[in-house]
Amino acid sequence: MSRSFTFRNGVIAALLLVLILLPAYVMLTGDRFLLTLFTRIVILAMAAVSLNLILGYGGMMSFGHAAYLGIGGYTAAILCFEGIQSGFVQWPAAIAVSALFALVVGALSLRTRGVYFIMITLAFAQMAYYLASGMARYGGDDGLAMESRSQFAGLLNLSNKTTFYYVCLALLFASLFLVWRMTNSRFGLVLQGVRSNETRMRAIGFPTFRYKLAAFVIAGVMCGLSGALIANHTDFVSPAMMFWTRSGDLMVMVVLGGMGTLFGPVFGALALLFLEQFLPAMISAMVRPFNPAGAAKAGEYWQIVLGPLLLIIVLFARGGIDGLLGTLSRHLPGSSERGHG
Amino acid sequence: MADALLQVAGLSKRFGGIVASDAIDLDVVPGELHAVIGPNGAGKTTLIAQLTGQLHADSGTIRFAESDITKMPMYERSLIGLARSFQITSLFLDLTVLENVLLAVQAHAGHSFRFWSDARSDAALREPAMAALARVGLADRALQRASALSHGEHRQIELAMALAGKPRMLLLDEPMAGMGPDESARMVAMLRELKGGLTILLVEHDMEAVFALADRITVLVYGRVIASGRPEEIRANAEVRRAYLGEGDWERAHAR
Repeated sequence: MSRSFTFRNGVIAALLLVLILLPAYVMLTGDRFLLTLFTRIVILAMAAVSLNLILGYGGMMSFGHAAYLGIGGYTAAILCFEGIQSGFVQWPAAIAVSALFALVVGALSLRTRGVYFIMITLAFAQMAYYLASGMARYGGDDGLAMESRSQFAGLLNLSNKTTFYYVCLALLFASLFLVWRMTNSRFGLVLQGVRSNETRMRAIGFPTFRYKLAAFVIAGVMCGLSGALIANHTDFVSPAMMFWTRSGDLMVMVVLGGMGTLFGPVFGALALLFLEQFLPAMISAMVRPFNPAGAAKAGEYWQIVLGPLLLIIVLFARGGIDGLLGTLSRHLPGSSERGHG
Repeated sequence: MADALLQVAGLSKRFGGIVASDAIDLDVVPGELHAVIGPNGAGKTTLIAQLTGQLHADSGTIRFAESDITKMPMYERSLIGLARSFQITSLFLDLTVLENVLLAVQAHAGHSFRFWSDARSDAALREPAMAALARVGLADRALQRASALSHGEHRQIELAMALAGKPRMLLLDEPMAGMGPDESARMVAMLRELKGGLTILLVEHDMEAVFALADRITVLVYGRVIASGRPEEIRANAEVRRAYLGEGDWERAHAR
């Protein structure tokens, strides 16, 4: 990480500041919707950060990462349903179950590579999806409502939207800090070596499997915790949160934001959820002058715009949003950032 | 030979009907530079692959420093001091030159389940890595991305990585492959400096380099050892001449 002030670092600082001060803005304007949207962004950013650890730094194309969102969420919701409302139980349980699932999936998938790895991780996620659909006691296809949010013995009231937002934000920052330390550590260097050239890593004496597995479990745990947060956020879990398209969304966030960069996934989550939220209205507004009757309908096709947008980013800005900011940093006057991915 | 560091006995490997290694016997004594030569398809790369553990032999044994390593996995061989450089440059191209060598040092510095402190500024890794880079003359390129360096410099990084693990023996798989004459000459000079302090098994196509560097030479043809001895013995060996008949390399190396 470059220590000097650059355009990129400036944007990152501004983003963090916006995230921290958002509730104050919401309080002033009374725009509760914005707080809900940003809570969702922060939670999914944390999930994307966890995926980035294995995908961006470790080169592991896990295509079943949303499974952990569901597993963490269901663990919290099921415990709540069964009368255990303490977050001190629910959250560690969400972590433990995610860790176990990651351990099993990782142990079976990490010896394969490429398409096989993608398919195995996808298959496990779909298994989790169908398992949740089949749990009649817990709502099956319809999902399960979480009657009350996780209780923290009166220390935190998660039903307060601002408090809940800050809890999510604190956990996102903690995840970022953890990933930052980890990726610069010996462990992180091994992970990046594996991404770059795994055969060579084994040739120089690294038993790569165990390091990949460790990273896989850490990422699963982090994502499982964000799943518990989602359950609290929406007061509801359903199999849909594990569907493979959700895993795709997480991947898009990572790629869009910049793989293997610390803040990339946060940018990616922000960008994707903003587009998802506002692109339909923007399209409607653009179509309205030409075809007032069809404007609302046109908005439904926002993904037709999103697709090419992603394509352009992948083709022309390999480093995603973070890479774009880095390029800008180098071209803006007064910056001295050297090439850094 | 009882005091050999590396002892290969009866090593065989076949791929379907092709015999890639045919009961190869080979001894490398400490401190020598032992070259393995042979025409294309002689099984040199298969031999190296078996020595590093990338391929497992059908039969025969490999002993290194008195212990049987025939079935030892690749990473463990590297840890007991058998370092290899690749024929085809196989670096971490998207990492920096320093990080490439750091990883080589780190591989020998115990487990890497250390999640917290910064590896790049860790003196226990950085100092040996920089020393190895200095030894191959790349210290000033340490912070550049490996992909930005030339082919010849990649071979130098390879060598630095092999040295960084403080190996007892180096397996060099065609270190001169694809090098221009200048780069080759530099590599020969570098190997000459390493020689003596380090036991080296050199598989190389460049005859000039082999005869300039080797203490002993083993000649492989169709997976079989047809001769083994000092350079002047090999030069005079009739069977070796026959095997190389018409190969330009041989004639060039002996025209002088």
